[in-house]
Amino acid sequence: MNDSESILTIATHLILSGDQDLLEIILLSLQVSLSATVIGCIIGLPLGAALAVIKFPGRSFVTSLLNTFMGLPPVVVGLIIYLMLSRQGPLGTFGLLYTPQAMIIAQTCLIAPLIAALSRQVTADLFSEYKELFSSLRLNVWQQIGTLIFEGRYSLTTSALAGFGRAIAEVGAVMIVGGNIDHVTRVMTTTIALETSKGNLALALALGLILIMLAFTVNALVSIISSSARKRAYA
Amino acid sequence: MLNRLTHNLDKSNKTLAPNRVTPISTKNLSYKTNGQTLLTNLNIEIPTATKTIIMGANGAGKSLLLRILHGLIPPSNGSISWNGVPINPAIQAVQAMVFQRPVLLRRSAIKNIAFVLKHLQKSERLGKAESILEAAKLSHIANTPARLLSGGEQQRLAIARAMANEPKILFLDEPTASLDPASTQIIEKMIETAFNSGTKVILITHDIGQARRLADDIIFLNQGRLCEATPADSFFKKPKSAAAQAYLKGELFLVDPVENHEISPKI
Repeated sequence: MNDSESILTIATHLILSGDQDLLEIILLSLQVSLSATVIGCIIGLPLGAALAVIKFPGRSFVTSLLNTFMGLPPVVVGLIIYLMLSRQGPLGTFGLLYTPQAMIIAQTCLIAPLIAALSRQVTADLFSEYKELFSSLRLNVWQQIGTLIFEGRYSLTTSALAGFGRAIAEVGAVMIVGGNIDHVTRVMTTTIALETSKGNLALALALGLILIMLAFTVNALVSIISSSARKRAYA
Repeated sequence: MLNRLTHNLDKSNKTLAPNRVTPISTKNLSYKTNGQTLLTNLNIEIPTATKTIIMGANGAGKSLLLRILHGLIPPSNGSISWNGVPINPAIQAVQAMVFQRPVLLRRSAIKNIAFVLKHLQKSERLGKAESILEAAKLSHIANTPARLLSGGEQQRLAIARAMANEPKILFLDEPTASLDPASTQIIEKMIETAFNSGTKVILITHDIGQARRLADDIIFLNQGRLCEATPADSFFKKPKSAAAQAYLKGELFLVDPVENHEISPKI
């Protein structure tokens, strides 16, 4: 019990003291996961909306595939990205392995299907409501997709949040493609894994607390936005 | 069978604007789905300088016909033409439709109007939308989220939005179905204003009083078949088909709700 209390005290002190190393790790984590979320949204939101709007043979198969990809094991994704980015791989010439960019690519591959699947759900519901109006207004497919994303903007924020949550909490893929190199590719989750294995539980716990606080803050923000939108009948 | 609406349009011509479109006609128009025929060989000519009301019992095929005429649903057989020209995107672009339940976007009333003004520069859209709302006497709700408006205001906004691009034909599917008499009256005035500005009106209603107030001519359907396409006066004074007579007396049912067999008078 005393050990736990002392670890908590050290963790709190680390957070409050503004430790440079800790700050660097947090900032890199945010940079990587936010970039992956933005790219994941750019790919996933229109893809999901397109699946809701465009009818084509095999649409349900693609939807099932997308739903399956939601649960992709991070280590497998990491391994595939590793093979692609390694010197012998098809993208080896770019020299991206063990860089934050490689981590962004890995996280994007993990969360884009999740965002796309959630986007499809939200926009499909909206599409059933707006289908006739869109036809009446003679909107083309791209206008329909754009309008659905705008109309579902508050619900889709939750999809983006889910993507961010998966990205920031992910450890397997970024460990493989990033290598957990100090001051280069070390992020919160990989640091937690490393420090736990070294027995440095205080730093691990401090990072764990920060992760939880980040998740809570993002959730609270989205909840406030959604509730305000609902009150104004925009959601 | 070719049913023609050939009545005198003197009354309507008094209020005609110069940009009237040419007649709408359907030829052997049918719609089948899941082995059921919902519309059967409709041959109708609808004059353009009138307010046409489509009537019939629930399930008669009124909304389906309206959607097919507007191009939302392709017919299974037959064709629709506008003065002999088969329906095409250019013709469809000058039509607008108002649905029974107003379908409004999740944004303010003014932005709902601005949304359909795509042909204007972005900077001009809000100004134009403001003037449209003013004309529809809806300026006071310009910045209110559209989905927070009352049912009547939502439908008025939907009509104002449909009229924003000055369509040549306006389709309305029971626009006052769930509204109180005051809102109904306002909407009927909006429909009259739209008509007087040169827009052909094709409207579905179950409200016989409303049909009497608005209609220049009536299309009466029963079980997907055309029973009457006739001037409103003669329809209300002397309906020719047994189905229309029964409907006006409030006796027409498509299916007996208890026995589940057809009890409609034969056409």
